[in-house]
Amino acid sequence: MLIAAVSTIVVVVAIAVLVPMAPGWDRVERSFFAGDVFTDVFDDLLGAFWLDVKIFAWSAPTIVALALLIAMARGVRSPALFPLRLFAAVYTDVFRGVPVILTIYLIGFGVPGLGLPRPWNSPLLWGSVALVLAYSAYVAEVFRAGIESVHESQRAAARSLGMSSRQTMFSVVLPQAIRRVVPALMNDFISLQKDVALVSLIGPIELLRQAEVEKSLSGNFTPYVAAAVIFLAVTIPMTRLADYLLARERRRTGATAVA
Amino acid sequence: MAVEALAKLELQAVTKAFGDRTVLAGLDLSVRDGEVVCLIGASGSGKSTLLRCVNLLEPIDDGAIFLDDVDISVPGRDPDPIRQRIGMVFQQFNLFPHRSVLANVTMAPRKVRRRARPEAEAEARELLARFGLADKADDYPDQLSGGQQQRAAIVRSLAMRPEVMLLDEITSALDPELVGEVLDVVRELKQEGMTMLIATHEMRFAREIADQVAFLHEGQLLEHGTPDEVFDAPRHERTQRFLHRVTST
Repeated sequence: MLIAAVSTIVVVVAIAVLVPMAPGWDRVERSFFAGDVFTDVFDDLLGAFWLDVKIFAWSAPTIVALALLIAMARGVRSPALFPLRLFAAVYTDVFRGVPVILTIYLIGFGVPGLGLPRPWNSPLLWGSVALVLAYSAYVAEVFRAGIESVHESQRAAARSLGMSSRQTMFSVVLPQAIRRVVPALMNDFISLQKDVALVSLIGPIELLRQAEVEKSLSGNFTPYVAAAVIFLAVTIPMTRLADYLLARERRRTGATAVA
Repeated sequence: MAVEALAKLELQAVTKAFGDRTVLAGLDLSVRDGEVVCLIGASGSGKSTLLRCVNLLEPIDDGAIFLDDVDISVPGRDPDPIRQRIGMVFQQFNLFPHRSVLANVTMAPRKVRRRARPEAEAEARELLARFGLADKADDYPDQLSGGQQQRAAIVRSLAMRPEVMLLDEITSALDPELVGEVLDVVRELKQEGMTMLIATHEMRFAREIADQVAFLHEGQLLEHGTPDEVFDAPRHERTQRFLHRVTST
């Protein structure tokens, strides 16, 4: 504990002393860490961040619901439902195999190009849809891994009690599967929180785009630093929460962490 | 027909293979109402597979299985109503780890039988109390000893009021000192007249509790009779060798 504290202080002091000694530090300080610019733009950026929050807020639950459906579709055993299984497999392959940004371009520019009436031509809408499609493919794989990690004997026990396969899935398999994958899901949602900014590439003015605008107006890079601070204010607590959940899951299942 | 009418559970020429490996080779077995039949035999002789087939967890390849003279092994028949009448207890307990003991016991009555929660819980607590688990109702399975978990698993099956119980080596995963408390539960079930088909390695227990003992060898019923007949005067040489091996250690 003491050793950790001392070594941390040494490193922090070293960085604080050494970095400003670099020859270009004055210039960097002026263009990235200008205090007056920071306070000027911060409110605008925070306002723009509200859009990121909204996109996240409606995308995340949609992703979870869609991903669960896809994960369950991949697990169906009845031969009659094979097409469903095939569809789910192709879906995950396609959307996991294409870069998220490309999906956003294709759907965000492509669908509004069909000339749909308002509000169905909004890039914001189709950008979010693209995010949902891409992320639900990832999240579906996480759910599938969770479902497969529940031992077959749990299914056998439930079925032997006369429970249907649907009751078994919803009362026995899914609750255990979801509990196991929550930490992994948190990681995906931290990525999602950042990738929401990609939607700005097809138009909507959210935090990243607003920072770009402010940079152009002020001729200073500080708005980017301010944007980073805002993102971190959200993602760091989420990361800590994910770590906490993971540790709790480990304790609950009796597994011990390896140092 | 007179003989068949007495059978609660009847297996006729049941055949089951996994790939090339034949596990059950035309097996006949009859269990009368209220009778306790113990299946004995080496590991891999087909005891567990037989129980899984009766509970329709595995489809059979040939033959037929009758419950109250109704063929339950017809492909395409909805297995759920049949399984509700046949309880099964597993070697590894298979309790649901994410739910409390009480919730484990009430899950099937509530979901399948649509029982109201207070009613199902009152009944579950009563059953748990009868088997010495009253104070464990709100614990989670991993907080219980192996013996307690297995008793809870038996209670979970009983909560569905089954007509037949299938017990698949229910003491094999237990520490020796915990075996007794689980066997006591089985003794009590017999007293109540429960029809049971029991796969077991506990020869002394089989001898004590069974009305009929059936010796399985390579998926066939090689010998069956009363415990005295099978244990004291085994007719088949393979039975003799098996009994010699398990009782001499």
